[in-house]
Amino acid sequence: MKKKDAFETKTPGYTLPQLMVTAAAREVFDHETVFVGMRLPLLGFLLAKSTHAPHAVGVYELGVVRDTVSPEPILTMGDLPNLSGASWLADTIDMMGLLQKGLVDVSFIGGAQVDRFGNLNTSYIGGFRSPRTRLPGSGGACDLASLAKRHIIVMTHEKRRFKEKVDYITSPGYGEGPGWRERVGLPRGGPCAVITTLGILRFDPDSKEMILVSVHPGVSAETVQSHTGWPLKTARNLAQTPPPTREELTVIRRFDPGGYWTGT
Amino acid sequence: MDFTKRLSLSEAVSRFVQDGDSVAMGCAQETLIPFAAGHEMIRRQKKNLTLIGPISDILFDQLVGAGCVAEIRAAWIGNVITGSAYHFRRAVEEKTLRIKDHSNLTLAMALKAGAMGVPFMPTSTALGSDLYRTNPDLKTVSCPFSGVPVTAVAALTPDVAVVHVQRADIFGNSHVWGNLGVTREACLASRHVILTAEEIVDTKVITGDPNRVVVPGFRVSAVVHAPWGGHPSPVPGYYNRDHQAFIDYRNCSKTPEGFRAWRKEWVDPVDDGRTYAEILGKARRESLAIKHRRPSVPVDYGY
Repeated sequence: MKKKDAFETKTPGYTLPQLMVTAAAREVFDHETVFVGMRLPLLGFLLAKSTHAPHAVGVYELGVVRDTVSPEPILTMGDLPNLSGASWLADTIDMMGLLQKGLVDVSFIGGAQVDRFGNLNTSYIGGFRSPRTRLPGSGGACDLASLAKRHIIVMTHEKRRFKEKVDYITSPGYGEGPGWRERVGLPRGGPCAVITTLGILRFDPDSKEMILVSVHPGVSAETVQSHTGWPLKTARNLAQTPPPTREELTVIRRFDPGGYWTGT
Repeated sequence: MDFTKRLSLSEAVSRFVQDGDSVAMGCAQETLIPFAAGHEMIRRQKKNLTLIGPISDILFDQLVGAGCVAEIRAAWIGNVITGSAYHFRRAVEEKTLRIKDHSNLTLAMALKAGAMGVPFMPTSTALGSDLYRTNPDLKTVSCPFSGVPVTAVAALTPDVAVVHVQRADIFGNSHVWGNLGVTREACLASRHVILTAEEIVDTKVITGDPNRVVVPGFRVSAVVHAPWGGHPSPVPGYYNRDHQAFIDYRNCSKTPEGFRAWRKEWVDPVDDGRTYAEILGKARRESLAIKHRRPSVPVDYGY
C-alpha cells in the first residue's frame, strides 16, 4: 500500500520523509516521555526507541502508553499492534493529565501554516469567516503545543505555508514574541524545532524567532529563504542535516515496510 | 427483574436519535467507531444533527455527505491516514455547516463537565489560541485561588452517545477494552446511550469483570447486536483496522457521484436485508481477523 500524494523528492539512498523521520527521532533523548503525534512522528518515535532512546516512553492521545515498540508495523496509533502489550490503556483525559501536569518532555505536531514565532494553523486557510480551505483542525495539537515542555513541528516547507502571519492560531508557538506565552498564561513550553522538507529551524532564545540551523543535503540557505514568507535569520554555523545511517534506514523500513509514509 | 433493552439497529436509532439531536460518536478516537449506527442514521435520513466527538475518522464526513448534519463540535474532522475529509471541508467552505472548534483536551473537559454535572471545567490548554474565536464555549477566566488564567470549557450534555463495544448483555451492561478516548465521559454526560455490540452475552460475563465496564447498565437506553459494527475502525479482540476502506473512502468522497457510489455499496444494501458481514465478504473478513491472540489472565473478584 503506497500513499500516492506522499513527498516526491528523492535523494540518493534514502527518501526525504526518511530523512525527516530520522531528524525527528534525533530530537528525542533517552528516558524522555514523548507525546507521539500522527503520521511521520509515529515512525520517529519507533526509530528513537529502537536506536538511541530505548528507555523513552510513548504517550498517545487516544489513551495508550507504551514503553516498547509495537510488535508489528502500524499505519496509525489506533492500529491494534499499538495496543497489544501496552503499558497502559486508558482515557484521553489520563493522557492529557500527564501532559497538563508537565510530565511530557517532548511532543510532535504537523502543520499546514507556520509563522516566524512558531504559531501553527491546521484549521482555516484564508481566515475563519470565509475560509478558502477548511483543514481538519487541532486534534490534540493545540494541547501538545500548549502543555508539553517542548514540541517539534514537522511540515512541508513552502512559501504559502511559511507565512509572516498565520491565518489562525490552532496551536500556540511564541505568539507575538518574547514573554507572550507567560502573558497569556501558558504554563510552560514552546516550539523547539521545525523539521521541514528543506532543513531544520530552531528558535532564538531571546527573540523567540525561527532561525535556520541546518539544511538538508543538496539544499542551500537561499533555497530555504525563497520558500519562506519572511526574511529568515540563518545561524552563523549553518549545518547540513546528517543523512540517515544504514541502521536508521533499516529500522524505518521495518516499521514502514510498504513505504506508506516514507516512500521507497 | 430488569427489562430488556435489546433493540434492532433501526429501532434504536429511530427511538433515540431525533432530528435536531446532539449525538456523541467516535469517542474512542480511532478505535470502536460506531459506523453501523452512523450508517443507520444515513439510511433513516436524520436531519440537523449536531455531532460531537474528538476526531471522528471519516464517520462525521459520511454523515455530512448524506445531509444529516447542521453542526459539529469536535477537535479534528478528517481521515486519519489520508488527511482531509472532503464533505466536511466543502460544507464549511460553503457555509452550510456550523463548527465549534475544540482541541482533544477541551472536548474531553466539556464532556467531563457534562458527566460531573458542573457547568464548566478548567484547563490550561488553548490559552492564546484562536480556538476561542471559533468556539464560544471556551472562555479565559482567572483561577479564584491563584489568579492565573485558565480556559473554562462549558459543559456538553449530548442528547445521545452512540458507543460501539465488544460485548453487552440485554440490559445495557457491557465490556469495552482497548484505548477508551472520551468514551466514559461521553456516556456519563449524555441523556441516552445506545450501545452497539459485537456480541450479546450473559449478564454473568459482564458482572464477572466489573472493572471492564465503562458505563453502568442503568444509564443505557438501547443495546443493539451489531457484528462488524465498528468496521472499518479496529475493534480490539475482534478485527483489525481496514486501511484500504479508509483509502477507498478518500477517493470516493472527492465527488458527490463517488459518494453516491460508496453509499450504494456500503450503506444502502442493509435495507435490502443484507447483513454488513455479507457486504464485507468472507475474504475481507478473514484478512482483518485477529492473527495473534493475546487473552488476558482472569482476575479474582471473590470475597
